[in-house]
Amino acid sequence: MAKVFLYPTTSLILSDLVARFGHKPLSAALQIRERIQTAGLESPPLQITPEEPKKGLRWAAVEVPSGVRGRMSLYGPMIDEAEAAIIINNADYSFGCMGCARTNELIKYLVRKRGIPVLDLEYPQNEEEGVEFVAAIKRFLDTLVGGPQ
Amino acid sequence: MTAYRPRYAGSVTRYVFVESPDMTPSDLAIRAYEISQGVMIKETCFGLQVTGKEDDVDRIVGSLRALDPAHIFVKDRGFPPGDPRRCRANLGGARPGYFGHEFEMGLIRNISRGLEAIPGRSPDELPHPPTPSKEPRLDAARLKKIIESQES
Repeated sequence: MAKVFLYPTTSLILSDLVARFGHKPLSAALQIRERIQTAGLESPPLQITPEEPKKGLRWAAVEVPSGVRGRMSLYGPMIDEAEAAIIINNADYSFGCMGCARTNELIKYLVRKRGIPVLDLEYPQNEEEGVEFVAAIKRFLDTLVGGPQ
Repeated sequence: MTAYRPRYAGSVTRYVFVESPDMTPSDLAIRAYEISQGVMIKETCFGLQVTGKEDDVDRIVGSLRALDPAHIFVKDRGFPPGDPRRCRANLGGARPGYFGHEFEMGLIRNISRGLEAIPGRSPDELPHPPTPSKEPRLDAARLKKIIESQES
């Protein structure tokens, strides 16, 4: 079972397909859950504390806005941990944790810099594209360590 | 600042989405209640939220997914159901993540079609998925010209 980084990290489609085909999806929910379930000081809504931008310094320089560094404290550990990645480009939505274009650029850059296998896709707009989309993801996941060969 | 004590510590929450011609969210909820054994099930307009110990949640989600594998989709959720920081009852509108789900649920029938087609497809057949367009997008220099032409 390989750990697969998802982009957008909140994607239902990617999260489901990766788990369905026998691998572990690395999605934003895991990082949010970790913070939501850790006792400390109240910091609503996501329990992101002033410590997070400091942790983000591992992935972004100090002159980068704190919002980017705070987000990188969520995504950075998952990028470091990932053994593969699936990226859907040009998603129409970017809400919540995915709502920062500069962070999104940095995420894609760091994923590619790691040299792990990456599958680049677009959202399928019709059923024919849907068949090819699912087939491509299955084929990609089957080639990863721990997947069915 | 006040102390924060998490609710449902040690639990996991998973969304179960259903977009099926044969099953509604309430059908799914009834099936889930039958096998819940103390795990918290919350019925929603799109499906369910299942909260409990990871093994129990996986067992229930696995059983539910088997009812209609190509039309039931599952993902993790960070917050427990009804959390006042995320629940729309407190926000006065949809929670931020709803818009992402709304967008992807509009495309999910294409994924269902793909899942149905996979078993009949030869493993040697190369997929040709939709890939990012190579067409150049609006670059900064062109945008600058447009802005300048509007100002003059």
